Amino acid sequence: MLRIDCPWCGPRDETEFRYGGQADVFYPEDPSSLDDAAWAEYVFVRGNPKGWFAERWVHVAGCRRWFNTERHTVTYEFREAAP
Amino acid sequence: MTADSLTARRRSPLCHLADQLAAAGSPGAVRLAELPFQTLVEVRCGGADSLHASRPGLGASADSHAAVIGRLADIVGLPFPRRVGEVAGAGSRHVLWLGPDWWLASGPPEPCPDPGLEAELAGRLRSAAACQASVVDLSAHFTTLELSGPRARAVLAHGCSLDLHPRAFGAGRCAQTMVAKAQAVLHQVAEIPAASYRILVRASFADYFARWLLDAMLEYTTADGEAVGGSRGIAHRGYTQ
Repeated sequence: MLRIDCPWCGPRDETEFRYGGQADVFYPEDPSSLDDAAWAEYVFVRGNPKGWFAERWVHVAGCRRWFNTERHTVTYEFREAAP
Repeated sequence: MTADSLTARRRSPLCHLADQLAAAGSPGAVRLAELPFQTLVEVRCGGADSLHASRPGLGASADSHAAVIGRLADIVGLPFPRRVGEVAGAGSRHVLWLGPDWWLASGPPEPCPDPGLEAELAGRLRSAAACQASVVDLSAHFTTLELSGPRARAVLAHGCSLDLHPRAFGAGRCAQTMVAKAQAVLHQVAEIPAASYRILVRASFADYFARWLLDAMLEYTTADGEAVGGSRGIAHRGYTQ
């Protein structure tokens, strides 16, 4: 069980959260100009680093707020949660 | 059908367990009761940057966030808390902080509204909000359980991972969390030793949750009603602080 720091509610159990995938994946400014490869890159391709990874989480059983945080994919340490 | 006859006919989500709730625990350790039909009104009011406030046509005439909250607070008669997990009010009327732009006003039961209508408090709040806050009557969504007595915290600790020790939680505090895997709003009303918690669970979870509490309270129940310690060491040590 992970303990995740909600920027509002403080440390809570992992079961109170849902995972939202990689953070900072922005919708393309001009989607119609993208070719299939670039669109597939936007829709499907995500980072898979060994180390710190910026992620979205939502505190569904608490304040129901989405926030960004960084998780270490090896140690499962969390840091720098921000609304 | 008139409101009076509806009020007389309504059934709370835990009315079928009333006898078991009353018999559970012991007066010196922990007691459980349902507080049925509490008036609960949810208010969501985002700041100037929220989608709602920036809707075309609303932005120009929109009052400031603080002004809207101030109007709503006047209706309830209590300030809307601004700090995480804070509760304003006492007795039967409270305003709970549920999220950064999210509050729950709770009050004593009102007569049952006509079918399809909402609690009178919700109506008054909605008029005052003037489309600048979302107001929803949740009276029938939750039921309220009151767990009280010196062992109340030990009972909750069986199923709640939140730190309920007085150094982290206390009277006038609330939190939304999971208790026994059910989503709940936990509100501590009084300090230990007369500790009293109000637990708001969804009506559809009420039966499961009350039965879980009855089971967790078993070890604090004696035939002669005397206070007992927990048979589980952790619960007992937790109580002695």
